[in-house]
Amino acid sequence: MIICHDCDLLQTKPDLQHQGKALCHRCGAVLFRSVPDSAQRVVALSLAGLILFAVANIYPFLAFDVGSQSTQTTLFTGVRELYAQGLWALAGLVFFTCIAAPLIQLVLMMHIFLPVMLGRTSYAVKPAFRLLLQLREWNMIEVFMIGILVALVKLTKMAIIIPGVAMWSFMALIFILTGAMTSIDGRIVWDRVDSEK
Amino acid sequence: MSEATALASSLTGCHTCNQVVRLDKDHHHQGLLCPRCGSPLHPRKHHSILLTWILVSLAFVFYIPANLLPMTRVVSLGQVQEDTIMSGVIYFIQSGSWYIALVIFIASVFVPVLKLLLLMFLLISVQRKSCWRPRDRTRLYRITELVGRWSMVDIYVVTILIALVNLGALADIDAGPAAVNFAAVVVITMLAAKSFDPRLIWDNAALPEDSAMKT
Repeated sequence: MIICHDCDLLQTKPDLQHQGKALCHRCGAVLFRSVPDSAQRVVALSLAGLILFAVANIYPFLAFDVGSQSTQTTLFTGVRELYAQGLWALAGLVFFTCIAAPLIQLVLMMHIFLPVMLGRTSYAVKPAFRLLLQLREWNMIEVFMIGILVALVKLTKMAIIIPGVAMWSFMALIFILTGAMTSIDGRIVWDRVDSEK
Repeated sequence: MSEATALASSLTGCHTCNQVVRLDKDHHHQGLLCPRCGSPLHPRKHHSILLTWILVSLAFVFYIPANLLPMTRVVSLGQVQEDTIMSGVIYFIQSGSWYIALVIFIASVFVPVLKLLLLMFLLISVQRKSCWRPRDRTRLYRITELVGRWSMVDIYVVTILIALVNLGALADIDAGPAAVNFAAVVVITMLAAKSFDPRLIWDNAALPEDSAMKT
């Protein structure tokens, strides 16, 4: 049996074998997803995500040319500038939603699903899984991307702006991270937890 | 539509691992943990309606300075220019980038108000024990959960502008007082959507049919 999160309806848990999602038959909420080879997919995608994340944070994000002057900026520069202006709350929020949340999500997915893939049980899997679900809505990298587009339009009249390699990695990271999160089939984690008892 | 909720059968579902848990009839439902994954169980979120009302009102309080005060302050060649969200939108319309103006207007002005009005509508409908189209109201709730994050766009624009322009030594850009208020609106409305319990919509919707069955 399964109970819907959104409308509290008790219903028989559909036995999904193939890829798909189980919907509540009263309110249409997603009850769970069924993904074949979920652990392998999540591990592969989050590994790719971690590499993209590293590139996005190390290499320059945007290069900015005004006349003969040229400056480069990384993802972290904006956070540091906000902090330097004394807006630590704002700096913290941008840091959390664009850097910390996606990074923690990627690390948690590796931490939970790599052992599952290898047939082991990971350390502290229960709080890790809960945290992973809670972080989902605080990762706003796709909103940040729209922010970049708007800022670019605003500045094109003042200077020439060249998107750096970090920006392309960041864009790819949006899709990889979404793909990884939707490849999670929670049942394989909880079946393992049940079998441990 | 006539099915009763799990709570009516003294059951609740874990939101983390989907475990079905039996509730003690006399027991208080506070501080319950899922026996499988240890997550806190909320048969219904505590004080959901009151808490959501408080957060919605608080968001309105922050929404006013967020729109009236300047978002950015640019100092260039001794001249100071202050921009609010609306003056930024107008600037984009005048410079011909109406699609960017539309993005900012929707994300910064329209979405927060839409979200707060939707939440107020849901709160009132639950308090009036309405049984009007519960499925559609649940959909409206999902919209409030989804759209809130997009209001962060303007915060990010300011962050990027500050990073680029200050480094380029073109001009000085400071984030204005609206930025912090605006960030507060986004975070508070997200918390408000989280504190609202959509299952309350269904509690009332199931009632008339239940009582009809009993009589």
